[in-house]
Amino acid sequence: MWKKVYEWLDERLGLNDIYTNLLDRAEPKGNWWNTLGSASMFLFVMQGLTGIFLTIYYTPSPDHAYDSIQYIMEGVAYGWLIRGIHHWGATLMVIVVFIHLLRVFVTASFKFPRELTWLIGIGLFLATLGMGFTGYLLPWNQRAYWATTVGTQIAGSVPFIGEFILKALRGGPELSALTLQRFFSAHIWMLPAALAGLIGVHLYLIIKHGESHFPTRED
Amino acid sequence: MSGSNEISRRDFIKVTTGIVGGLIGVAIGLPSISYLIDPALREGGKDAWISIGKFEDMQIGMPYPFSFTRVQVNGWERTSSSFGGYAIRKSDDSKDLLILNSRCTHLACTVNWHAESDAFLCPCHDAKFSKEGQVLDGPPPRPLDVYDEFRLSEDGHIEIFFKAG
Repeated sequence: MWKKVYEWLDERLGLNDIYTNLLDRAEPKGNWWNTLGSASMFLFVMQGLTGIFLTIYYTPSPDHAYDSIQYIMEGVAYGWLIRGIHHWGATLMVIVVFIHLLRVFVTASFKFPRELTWLIGIGLFLATLGMGFTGYLLPWNQRAYWATTVGTQIAGSVPFIGEFILKALRGGPELSALTLQRFFSAHIWMLPAALAGLIGVHLYLIIKHGESHFPTRED
Repeated sequence: MSGSNEISRRDFIKVTTGIVGGLIGVAIGLPSISYLIDPALREGGKDAWISIGKFEDMQIGMPYPFSFTRVQVNGWERTSSSFGGYAIRKSDDSKDLLILNSRCTHLACTVNWHAESDAFLCPCHDAKFSKEGQVLDGPPPRPLDVYDEFRLSEDGHIEIFFKAG
């Protein structure tokens, strides 16, 4: 019965092909350093899910942001767990993505035909940092407020267009409700959308080219 | 694998990945559901005895107006709701009281005592209730609600029992 259902679906969706290409594809000799990409994607999904759950109670307004997070931590069942995973997962994701990038650099996996995979990977790394930067403001506590003051001030030190960048980031000359709102928007819509799109292309390229083998003495 | 109990390395990895993944899914999935539905599992506000005024201040046969506010904490926000009504003393016995809720039973406007017409009038749709709370005129479907649980406190105040929700 189930076999028939599966076969019917497979004929139309090509499930077996997807399985073969995604999970059963040929790999160079196993090496734990090659798992960092999958680990990054797992963390991305995890951050996405816990992040969606956090928006159920979080509110991005200076009046309520701090209180709503207090409520998540103390008032809601398992709020501490959901926020804890999101908080530590964020740190872990930056670390894992960075080590993944280092691995690709050290093993020279960015060379032909994988230059685009590498460039998109750089984009993914920058977007991950952007997620960290924008997410840091959302608790709206002293640390968040001053970290963002400093961070946007640094961006403002760019010659000539610095002041424009600073105002564009903050939504005005001062850190305000507008800053919190646009950081929230960037954190839950713009950057995740960019990440998801880039991850899609990144994965497609990896499946197309296969993973690079580690360089040997002959290389 | 015919007739043998051994499983291949591949199958072992598949099964192990499935089990570990499933455990992680359950360990995070169940708390997530609890997190989602948490507000639905909470009790409403607290019931309380609320003083509406001194018994000796209430004149026999004259509706005595009272009002009070209840504060409800919803998450990180406090909402206060106002309630009001009229106590009608009938004799010297503190149990011989009729305490009406001034919330109109039609669409929840507040009714006011109008001494000249000897009735409670609702400003919204011209509803008219008698001193006993019975509908005299207008669209309300039933008489005014009554606070039927009340008591006389030791310092001479009438207290009503307020049920939340």
